[in-house]
Amino acid sequence: MQMHDATTTFKYDLPDAKGHFGPYGGIFVAETLMRALAQLNDAYARYRTDPGFIAEFEDELAHYVGRPSPVYHAKHWSEALGGAQIWLKREDLNHTGAHKVNNCIGQALLARRLGKRRVIAETGAGQHGVATATVAARYGMECVVYMGSEDVRRQAQNVYRMNLLGAKVVPVESGSKTLKDALNEAMRDWVTNVDTTFYIIGTVAGPHPYPMMVRDFQSVIGRECLEQMPAAIGRDPDMVIACVGGGSNAMGIFHPYIDRPHVKLVGVEAAGEGIATGKHAASLTAGRPGVLHGNRTYLLQNEDGQIIETHSVSAGLDYPGVGPEHAWLKDSGRADYVSVTDDEALAAFHTCCRMEGIIPALESSHALAHAARIAPTLARDTVLLVNLSGRGDKDMATVAERDAAKGA
Amino acid sequence: MPDANRIDRRLAALKAEGRTALVAYVTTGDPSLAATLPIVRSLIDAGADLIELGVPFSDPMADGPVVQRASERALAQGVGLHDVLGVVRALRTTDNVTPVVLMGYANPIEAMGVDAFVAAARAAGVDGVLVVDYPPEEAHEFAAKLDAAGLALIFLVSPTTTPARAAEIGRLARGYVYYVALTGVTGAMHLDTRDVATRLAAIRAHIPVPIGVGFGIRDAASATAIAPHADAVVIGSRIIQEIEAAGEAAAAERVGAWLGTIRTALDGVEGAGTR
Repeated sequence: MQMHDATTTFKYDLPDAKGHFGPYGGIFVAETLMRALAQLNDAYARYRTDPGFIAEFEDELAHYVGRPSPVYHAKHWSEALGGAQIWLKREDLNHTGAHKVNNCIGQALLARRLGKRRVIAETGAGQHGVATATVAARYGMECVVYMGSEDVRRQAQNVYRMNLLGAKVVPVESGSKTLKDALNEAMRDWVTNVDTTFYIIGTVAGPHPYPMMVRDFQSVIGRECLEQMPAAIGRDPDMVIACVGGGSNAMGIFHPYIDRPHVKLVGVEAAGEGIATGKHAASLTAGRPGVLHGNRTYLLQNEDGQIIETHSVSAGLDYPGVGPEHAWLKDSGRADYVSVTDDEALAAFHTCCRMEGIIPALESSHALAHAARIAPTLARDTVLLVNLSGRGDKDMATVAERDAAKGA
Repeated sequence: MPDANRIDRRLAALKAEGRTALVAYVTTGDPSLAATLPIVRSLIDAGADLIELGVPFSDPMADGPVVQRASERALAQGVGLHDVLGVVRALRTTDNVTPVVLMGYANPIEAMGVDAFVAAARAAGVDGVLVVDYPPEEAHEFAAKLDAAGLALIFLVSPTTTPARAAEIGRLARGYVYYVALTGVTGAMHLDTRDVATRLAAIRAHIPVPIGVGFGIRDAASATAIAPHADAVVIGSRIIQEIEAAGEAAAAERVGAWLGTIRTALDGVEGAGTR
């Protein structure tokens, strides 16, 4: 199904100047934030093509993060499944253990150029908070991380890690005490301290230019794959699979492939205890469009337009919205979105540990679970490239708790 | 027939009398849906010239802890946009002159559907709508629909609003604009009167409608300090704190008594509203 006709290829160039991906994205914030966003937009427009900025970003990625991250053929697991070949993009090998650091370095470098010495962040699983605290230490910046108190409890080790790195972690007690509430609180801090503070958003959501900017910084993942996969197998993969909470690791690996229609793109959302139970975090699968956190996108909401509480075993996917570019990719049909339950993700987690000697993050385990689900149905020469977005060290307590409960 | 222009008429009348308008905000459903109408009536009886009715939202990003708590109390009882419209309908059975503005976030309106909302709001007797997360860039279609229905779209203006943006807001704004005197969230503490006066003078050149000032007005002293520079003063978080302190049974009486002291203080300000 390779497309050879040059007229059917297209150059993907979203978002538009105002941050719209079709009907999604945009800037839906209070007037108090508009100047800060305009300033950020101007700065990013200037630096995204600035050779000095790009060179510094790439140098940091190479020497501080350890990029490029390898692609790895999960031969043993693929063999056991008896179908498609599963390849892993090893973002788990990055410094700090996940893809999140790519974006944090980009934004911290931008903050430095804007003369802002204080950075704030929201975090769910703690990975983005750790990555932000890490780069803040690296560049000598003050760092405050907002984290839902429920997540503080679930991810105690990451909280300790952020403290070690010199960041102040503020537990957020409002609402559902998870990522969305941390995001609200970080926005409030930014509104109040906008002159001194740079808000490092960790995912491809929020008001323009964040979805575009975070995607751009994360696109290093997919750009590396564009070279690594042909070097390894002589061609592009047939399918790219990534988990989607807010969706930054997925956008990072999808974006460079959008112009290549022969590569299928599949995002995997958290079905939690099952879509039918209502206890899930699958906004593209089960939500409808609305406005939250500065952008229009698919949201999990009730009839009154109130955002509802989400559930996932993985804190990093526990978010009621999703990046607006994913909303556009879904509606346009360029990407497909599926979901995987807590139990399916945990099963994939264990299999990956045993068969490949890799402990994946629970977030990434959702993408692995989908790959393992479809691999047996596909030909042996089909190649599935899965973004292994993070390592699972942070999830030891969660997994141990679940396994103990199951054994009891 | 309902007067779709209660805001303009009320603000013009006050200006002619040389008085500064007093705008009172309460979150609908706090502490209960049944309590909201008595609270609103009490505020009007105590001298509120315009009522802003908060529409509860699960993620009130631009509000401080006080308004967020009010929103959470209302949401815990399932109060939503339909209920807010019900309060306005009920108020209109006895009061067809006090302007009512709904204040909230975009998502409940979009969940209802913008056309359905505009029709329902007009039918209920709403006069204006302030959508915190609709800046002018994203509000053109909504503004046109409200205009067609004779409802005012109220915008926020902040100390960080540039003259170019103020001009764009001025083109779309109806009724009044709400000047956010602080760069912080609602209910924040510090208010620099001189700074507000200077900035208001600059913004006035671009804004053809009256300017209300809010965020940080919490007592007679701050209200009277702002009054000479503003067409209206807006009080929100402080009223909610009175409701919290009073408990449901005493809330209406207590907010009325408290707002009465502000009204009295404002009416004693020389030259208020005479610019």
